[in-house]
Amino acid sequence: MNFTGQWVAFKTIVYREIHRFMRIWVQTLVPPAITIALYFLIFGQLIGSRIGQMGGFDYMQFVVPGLIMMAVIQNSYANVVSSFFGTKFQRNIEELLVAPVLEITILLGYIVGGMARGIAVGSIVTLLALFFTDLTVNNWWITISMVLLTAIVFSLTGFINAIFAESFDDISIIPTFVLTPMIYLGGVFYSIDLLPSFWAKISLANPILYMVNGFRYGILGVSDINIWQAYGMLVVFVIIGFSVSLYLLAKAEKLRT
Amino acid sequence: MSTSLPPSALAITGLKKTYSDGFVALKGVDLHVESGDFFALLGPNGAGKSTTIGVICSLVSKTSGTVSVFGHSIDDDFAAAKRCIGVVPQEFNFNQFEKVLNIVVTQGGYYGLTRKESLVRAEKYLRLLDLWDKRDVVSRTLSGGMKRRLMIARALVHEPRLLILDEPTAGVDIELRRSMWDFLQQVNKSGTTIILTTHYLEEAESLCRNIAIIDEGSIVANSSMKNLLDKLSQEVLVLDVVESLPNDFTLENFRCHWVDEHCIEVSIDREQHVNTLFTALEARQLNVKSLRNKANRLEEMFVSLLKNPAKHLDADYPRYNFVSDEVSV
Repeated sequence: MNFTGQWVAFKTIVYREIHRFMRIWVQTLVPPAITIALYFLIFGQLIGSRIGQMGGFDYMQFVVPGLIMMAVIQNSYANVVSSFFGTKFQRNIEELLVAPVLEITILLGYIVGGMARGIAVGSIVTLLALFFTDLTVNNWWITISMVLLTAIVFSLTGFINAIFAESFDDISIIPTFVLTPMIYLGGVFYSIDLLPSFWAKISLANPILYMVNGFRYGILGVSDINIWQAYGMLVVFVIIGFSVSLYLLAKAEKLRT
Repeated sequence: MSTSLPPSALAITGLKKTYSDGFVALKGVDLHVESGDFFALLGPNGAGKSTTIGVICSLVSKTSGTVSVFGHSIDDDFAAAKRCIGVVPQEFNFNQFEKVLNIVVTQGGYYGLTRKESLVRAEKYLRLLDLWDKRDVVSRTLSGGMKRRLMIARALVHEPRLLILDEPTAGVDIELRRSMWDFLQQVNKSGTTIILTTHYLEEAESLCRNIAIIDEGSIVANSSMKNLLDKLSQEVLVLDVVESLPNDFTLENFRCHWVDEHCIEVSIDREQHVNTLFTALEARQLNVKSLRNKANRLEEMFVSLLKNPAKHLDADYPRYNFVSDEVSV
């Protein structure tokens, strides 16, 4: 199939992915919005007003970029892992495997689908945040590029999880026991300057710290880490995640028999 | 000047498959299906039919051997080979939460058809398969027969040159099965090569011109349906007669088996004519109410070719006692 054919197949996968999460919007778009709104209310308004300033900003302003990024991470991951595992579970992955669609086309389709949901929920959360605080963007390019790169990284991570998953338990273990602790300890709610030196150094091993701080830098202009270090980290993760995903898909040992 | 023959619809040479647990599913399968053929691939459960189909469709990785579809190797020119194939698998493998029309249209997109083109094709095939009224229905709510037809529509949306059906009428009632046969015959007449696996041997005998029988990973027979059936040395006819028959009933030149006082089974060799049987019956002043084959002829041949027929008999293959003709003498 020529480039035009692959482009049509790519658009078909993206359309199908967006159509899927829009069709079940009550499950995919509403719950994260409500959860994050509660974070705004409890941590930002009720407790945040007693915390005072962090990083030179009101706590509410400080926490908003982290919570937006948390929504992007969780939802881009969740979209790909549940959708791709679902196609494996129902065996309709075979619809793609029998067709002349290149592995890279399949992978790009799922990545863009995951990004679309991550950005959709991130946008809803951003709109909700405006009810609680004023948001001004320090640097649009950094803000947007951080969101896009983070959504790509977690779409890829979700894809790898889905390839290896053999049961529904397998697609909830990583988000529950790995992703959530990493997000909570990744500087969403606090600056690592508050941590003792030892734990601050340990935190530097958490990749989510770089994503959250990179995005926070884009919005507020403050960050616990160097912005170029954050970009470097994200680009490396994208390259590794993409290569591993493509290899697994091409090898397809978990998909073909 | 030399004229080159058109490539076979399917050419398989030395195909072997050993699964990771060491099970050898295919032991060197050679198979050629000509363009335009309606071909049956028969075999008992676990014989290697679905593995063979899986390899052709890229769902199973082969261990060795070559497979080409209309001259396109699945190794070197996989995109062209895949574009030629439409597959209807044994198990339902569509998104159970998606609407019928979306399933077919999406599949068209995977083959490079724009949404507009896919919608036109989807309407065509959903109408032909009597599913157009169900286009906005979520697929999991369809009946078993409708789900089978949906998979056929999905397989045809990119108008493949080779349609592979893995037990397409399993669990489908007789009326619907017959209508699916008619549909498949139309598809074949329009130029699409069809390969069919089935447990219903009557289905293969009715539809297919050529046949291969696979058993324990090897092809044990591969010829035209007629040639294969001609190899049967004898048939057993079951006769229901009006008059009472003694339990030591015999007919000259025929092997008879007394079933009950109004029923006998008569074995007829290939060289013998049914007319001779009727003449013998007339001479004994016996009136035959009905006549039928004891078993499907293909089934007889199928069982005779299996290495271990007892393992498969009765479990998988219902015996057919269909009435051939009502005959009175």
